[in-house]
Amino acid sequence: MTEGVTLPNRRPETGAFFQRDRSWHPPAFTPQYKTSVLRSPQKALLSLDNTISEITGPVFGHNILGELDDDLIHNFARPGESAIGQRIIVYGRVMDERGKGVPGALVEIWQANAGGRYRHKKEGYLAPLDPNFGGCGRVITDEEGNYTFRTIKPGPYPWPNGVNDWRPAHIHLSIFGHGFAQRLITQMYFEGDPLIWKCPIVSTIPDRRAIEQLIAPLDMEATIPMDARAYKFDIVLRGRRSTLFENRLEGN
Amino acid sequence: MVQSLNRFKETPSQTAGPYVHIGLTPNFAEIGGVYDADLGTRMVNDKTKGERITIRGHVFDGTGTPLKDALIEIWQADADGLYNSPSELRGTADPNFTGWGRCPTDMQTGEFRFETVKPGRVPFKDGRLMAPHVTFWIVARGINIGLHTRMYFGDEEKANAEDPILARIEHRGRVPTLIAERDSDTYNFDIHLQGEKETVFFDI
Repeated sequence: MTEGVTLPNRRPETGAFFQRDRSWHPPAFTPQYKTSVLRSPQKALLSLDNTISEITGPVFGHNILGELDDDLIHNFARPGESAIGQRIIVYGRVMDERGKGVPGALVEIWQANAGGRYRHKKEGYLAPLDPNFGGCGRVITDEEGNYTFRTIKPGPYPWPNGVNDWRPAHIHLSIFGHGFAQRLITQMYFEGDPLIWKCPIVSTIPDRRAIEQLIAPLDMEATIPMDARAYKFDIVLRGRRSTLFENRLEGN
Repeated sequence: MVQSLNRFKETPSQTAGPYVHIGLTPNFAEIGGVYDADLGTRMVNDKTKGERITIRGHVFDGTGTPLKDALIEIWQADADGLYNSPSELRGTADPNFTGWGRCPTDMQTGEFRFETVKPGRVPFKDGRLMAPHVTFWIVARGINIGLHTRMYFGDEEKANAEDPILARIEHRGRVPTLIAERDSDTYNFDIHLQGEKETVFFDI
């Protein structure tokens, strides 16, 4: 799997990751998001410093990527056609809590189409599928941790939670850092969307500042005139201490 | 005032939702032609060293109902106890073994299944060997932040008895929730999110 990986020519870091701030993340039990009620552990988590099993993790080479993997407007479209909707660029930087860029990070995304319809057999929303839109994409960050996608802005989506709950427009993201302890799935929201502050999934996050960390601002400087607007979404993964060997027994 | 630590906050987690397959296993979701194959479906090839095993099981909610929309990833060492990771400095892992697998639970039955090899032992921080184990990460609709746990092997009683992580579990009656029973070449590992048989999950 590491074959073909181009990471900067420096010694890999092997320190344990900073402890997760679980008051910043959503707790498991959030009854306003009904499905969490029966899917949340009730017993306390067992807290441990990382071992090598969590400090290590898979790293993916660019050889897994196809030419259009980062372009959701075209990667499912018939030749010469493109997906319908607001054309946007979603770009940003994957860094860690120390502000260091994370190179070689695999970022996978998925989303509904412009009408809020997902291409999934379990999905029955009456908004139509777009024959030229699949809804998945992936990239690997460059040496500074930067990534870019091209896609269409997803539509809001009704879901059976409360009688009249609608998800804000959102893009799901899955990120691999360098250690399995950094593994993260989250959702990106769009600046100015009034549905953000009504959503029971957004409000699983207790701290307003943490929610704001998931809202991508419009970036007119990165917008391509007459083509696509741009939204910036930076992603912060867990930072890490300097070395695996700090706790070695004397004599090792 | 003192200087700032200049730390950022980690991006907060959100649920993977019911359509996680679109992004992470699009071929499984019948979105063909975008990726050649779904990542993580094949951990071994003909040249992989070690004992071939199957790991299978279900993920149950608080009513004992299997989740049919969960996604599981596993991460493990190779047969010699080396990880296929740039952060592995003790040696070079088997190039024919990825160490990482991804499997959605079946949409009808809720079963997950990994074809892999039995991992070797890896050291704890102080140099003691941990028992052979596979790290699990579980996401699904209704799970706000991915759940970490470990699977240990039922036929490794001696190693399990000296494992420093299992030793940390205060309520000894919960230790068996992390131990998969062997049936021929298959290890059965059921995960219970909640209730009487609740699996031990880690903040790691």
